[in-house]
Amino acid sequence: MLTVQVESLGKSFGKKVVLENIDLDFSMPGITTILGPNASGKTTMIKSILGMVFPDKGVVRVNGMVVNGQSAYKKDISYLPQIAQFPENLKVTELIKLIEDIRGKGHRADTLIDLFGLRPHLNERITILSGGTKQKVNVVLAFMYDNPLLILDEPTNGLDPVALVRLKDLIRKEVEMGKVIIITTHIMELVEELSDRIIYMLEGRVHFKGTVDELKLAYGSTTVEKSIARMLEAGEMTSDEKQSLA
Amino acid sequence: MIRIFKYSFYDLFRSRWSLFYFIFYLLITSGLLYLSGSESKVIITLMNVILVLNPLISTIFGIMYFYNSREFTELLLAQPVDRSKIFLGQYLGLSSSLALSFLLGVGLPFLLGGVLFSSEVLNFVVLLTVGLFLTFIFCAFSFWIALKFDHRIKGFGLAILFWLFMAVIYDGILLLLIVTFSDYPLEKFALITTVMNPIDLSRILILLQLDISALMGYTGAVFNKFFGSHLGLVVASMSLIFWWAMPVWGMLRAGRKKDF
Repeated sequence: MLTVQVESLGKSFGKKVVLENIDLDFSMPGITTILGPNASGKTTMIKSILGMVFPDKGVVRVNGMVVNGQSAYKKDISYLPQIAQFPENLKVTELIKLIEDIRGKGHRADTLIDLFGLRPHLNERITILSGGTKQKVNVVLAFMYDNPLLILDEPTNGLDPVALVRLKDLIRKEVEMGKVIIITTHIMELVEELSDRIIYMLEGRVHFKGTVDELKLAYGSTTVEKSIARMLEAGEMTSDEKQSLA
Repeated sequence: MIRIFKYSFYDLFRSRWSLFYFIFYLLITSGLLYLSGSESKVIITLMNVILVLNPLISTIFGIMYFYNSREFTELLLAQPVDRSKIFLGQYLGLSSSLALSFLLGVGLPFLLGGVLFSSEVLNFVVLLTVGLFLTFIFCAFSFWIALKFDHRIKGFGLAILFWLFMAVIYDGILLLLIVTFSDYPLEKFALITTVMNPIDLSRILILLQLDISALMGYTGAVFNKFFGSHLGLVVASMSLIFWWAMPVWGMLRAGRKKDF
């Protein structure tokens, strides 16, 4: 099992504060969804966990070790980036081989290639693939390793309905295996369907953290979407006021 | 590093821009050899093309490649591999693919013309070496600039300005200073200012090798007089190595702490 703790994390880009004193623990198995409008800090937080962004304050610990500048800990993390942009003149097989050269054999690659119907595209160059097919390649690269932590940034981007259903099944199987999964998405149905816990971020701060049921209960609504709308309308309400609203 | 280099090289060498670059040099070298017939004259003409074009193409390709592959760089950064290996691999992939297009484009016509068995072989080797140095130096500078500036237009503008300064403006300023202060002894000043520009340095290196004093200009003549041909060649080569190592160091340093 893998533990991820974010402690007093702060980050600014110039004068803009992107993350402000964030404390989170992602160590519980299951799916945690990070929600929030654009520029709320969710991608910066994910990138801090992955070591792409260096925090100004606070630390990120993976398995108890501070990750600042390290790279070895990433062998336990699968990452699905938001934008599936790869070197245009490489073939799909070469791209898979590149990641395998770095991380070792991806034992699930063949199964996933068949699952997402990528076999006819294996010898095609990335440049001629459609956006949806590129995203399927992206999914294969992220899921071909049996890692304890998965970070999925807008995983459903550009996927057709069949691929979407298969991706959700894939995610559910990972959950059954007791993995820690962090997802960012704008699609509320996906949150409703998959999430165990929700973190709602706004202007670099955690506005809400809890289970889906806790969110619905706190804002007296039957759906996540309505609960979030109510939460935003309620603005800076105190916790007592939130209770009375519920 | 080798793994990332290998795939970056595959990607870039297959791009149509590498092919255009190769065909451009192939046509211009073949055309010049066919029209002139004198390998020595072709080397001098090509020198003038290479001194301007290799830094320009390397700068443009470097900055475009870095910005265009940002998402892929992020994917690589999420893998268990050190940052320095990622940037070094991408940098070497880019500069090697450009270098190979240049080497083949210029080299093939000369080889077919039998340069290896002529008296110009050493001059030919120095021409290629200088072209390679300029490619590797300016690719490193463009990567360094791209790592320092997230804003693409700012980064692109600065990289082009850097090339323009080194290729054109620097010589203009130098000339102006030499003319203005012609009454003073300027040998040391000329030497130092030449070493401070990799394009000037490359020009001197080729001209010292060719031993054509008429084309050396003031700085070349000073270089020749001060060091003599052989020592001059060694000093110019060492300075070029420094000019390559410095931006590579800067690029790796900038990459170590950069937020993506």
